[in-house]
Amino acid sequence: MSGYRGTPATNAREAAEWSTGRVLWSNLRAVIGRAYPRVIGLTREPSWIFFEIALPFLAVSAFVFVYRALDAPEEFIGFVVLGGAVTSFWLNVVWMMAAQFYWEKDQGNLELYFTAPMHLMSILAGMAIGGLVMTSSRALAVIGIGSILYGVTYSIDQPFLLAGVFLLTMIPLYGMGMLFASLFLLWGREAYHLAELLQEPIYFLGGVNFPLVALPGAVVGVVMATLPLGVGLDAMRQLAFAGSGVEGVLPVGVEIAILAAMGVIFLVGARVALRYLEHLARREGRLTLKWQ
Amino acid sequence: MPDELAIQTRGVTRVYKAKPDPVTALGGVDLDVEPGEYFGLLGPNGAGKTTLIKILTTLLLPTSGTAKVAGFDVVNETAKIRRVINMVSGGEQSGYGLLTVREQLWMFSQFYGLPTREGWRRTDELIEITGLTEQRQQKVRSLSTGQRQKLNFARGLLNDPWVLFLDEPTLGLDVAAARDLREHTISWKAAAPGRTLLLTTHYMVEAEQLCDRIAIVDRGKILALGTPEELRRRVQAESIFRLELDQLPRNGGIAGIGELPGVLSAVRADEELADGAASDRVALKVALADDSALTSVVTAVAERGSLLIGLVKSEPSLEDVFVELVGRGFGDERSDDGEAS
Repeated sequence: MSGYRGTPATNAREAAEWSTGRVLWSNLRAVIGRAYPRVIGLTREPSWIFFEIALPFLAVSAFVFVYRALDAPEEFIGFVVLGGAVTSFWLNVVWMMAAQFYWEKDQGNLELYFTAPMHLMSILAGMAIGGLVMTSSRALAVIGIGSILYGVTYSIDQPFLLAGVFLLTMIPLYGMGMLFASLFLLWGREAYHLAELLQEPIYFLGGVNFPLVALPGAVVGVVMATLPLGVGLDAMRQLAFAGSGVEGVLPVGVEIAILAAMGVIFLVGARVALRYLEHLARREGRLTLKWQ
Repeated sequence: MPDELAIQTRGVTRVYKAKPDPVTALGGVDLDVEPGEYFGLLGPNGAGKTTLIKILTTLLLPTSGTAKVAGFDVVNETAKIRRVINMVSGGEQSGYGLLTVREQLWMFSQFYGLPTREGWRRTDELIEITGLTEQRQQKVRSLSTGQRQKLNFARGLLNDPWVLFLDEPTLGLDVAAARDLREHTISWKAAAPGRTLLLTTHYMVEAEQLCDRIAIVDRGKILALGTPEELRRRVQAESIFRLELDQLPRNGGIAGIGELPGVLSAVRADEELADGAASDRVALKVALADDSALTSVVTAVAERGSLLIGLVKSEPSLEDVFVELVGRGFGDERSDDGEAS
């Protein structure tokens, strides 16, 4: 039995010559290819509805009841619901971006990614886009259910700006995930613990369950300089509850500029870290050593 | 432009950091593999085979020396190498269990840069060729080990590689699945000139059956290199045949056979007769300078009134070659050399 076909190129050197356009298209296809399992996973694993919507929603509800018990301003309920939705993206970044290369290495995928004719940034971008699609459904579910259940009323004057800020927030957020993916792989088996270590501090510093202005000034400064989740959430809250006396840390325009700068920094950082990772991996055998 | 060597290494060494002392996995490997060759690296676990494959597939840097694949340097020209190679490893669990066989192959086709439609077409083609048609919509996580390895093999062919690296590809497979996979490698190679395979294995029969040339590797060094026949010749220069006759030859008997041109020796070896063989049967062990002398032996036997009942060529195995070269067997003498095998 055969059925195998011949190859069109006449020799290997000829086959290795790719035009710039072919390189770009190939990388774009790699992005789509890597996003595919994440998107398709939505339909394959219905248990995610319980684990990724029902369980986290309990945490949101706890804060809602605390604010109600304290007679806090009504928009605080909306803050928590919005925070809960955005938290989904942070969880996705930590567990399915930052720690992903580590799991991929365990499965043997990472070696194949390295030996494939594409840039690893394409794989990370595919993970990010797939994760974004997957998590958006969860975030929308949290917002929808939370808003109906707890009677949240939004006051949105600039819906397109709000959508733009959301998308802009995702760039540095997932860029941070890309950066962490390389760093977690370098730190080897501690990746799992690092992901756990980051989780709660980010909840706290990101102001997920309370307005960021409540934090001491110096802490807020650190957040504004480092955490896209906190900056983006603060801007989105100002836009989603406009005119309700909601106070942001900084004007929305400034926060947009910060997010844009963070996007560039994290993406460039991820690129540099990946290059370093690949060199180190090849030099020290980190992709092949079982105990790393 | 003349075809470059498919693989060329010169003085390749690889030292892993380890405590208390660094481990030398490769100690100066020189290798030339021609385009179109099925080349085997045969050696026990820890010999350095996988380390060499990792270097050639751009996953590891050599500590010193140079290595080229299709004429491209593994240190500086990784992008070009990655466009013309692929790799399949034994026990590979790559991909994502929630995808179907078809989706998994398509996904990898996208990593290798195939246009979307071409990716699906190639996926369906390879599914059929590798006999996974019934499993095409089955989730990867539910495949048996053999089916899984067929899938890995199909993945390795998605980009029509010029150099395919097979790292212990039949590891853990049952006899039938291993045979299937070996046949696939032969069929794939035969389908186009210039396709090169580099196989690492510690199964002698596999190397002998598949490879045009074999390098016997141990402790990071190539101990011998040649065709299976050439390697066997290293430990046994002469050809040895065992003849079973219905009776002793007349006119000089066995001594007369031993005096024929090209015959080095002829001795009686009745202890090798099967139990229950007729009592007047005899067995001869004849050593020849080369196989061409066999005709005169067979003719002489007939002329001397004996009927030739059986004829078997006695050849040393590759394991005999290995034992001869290193003075020990092919067991797992030492643990892995710091690499995934």
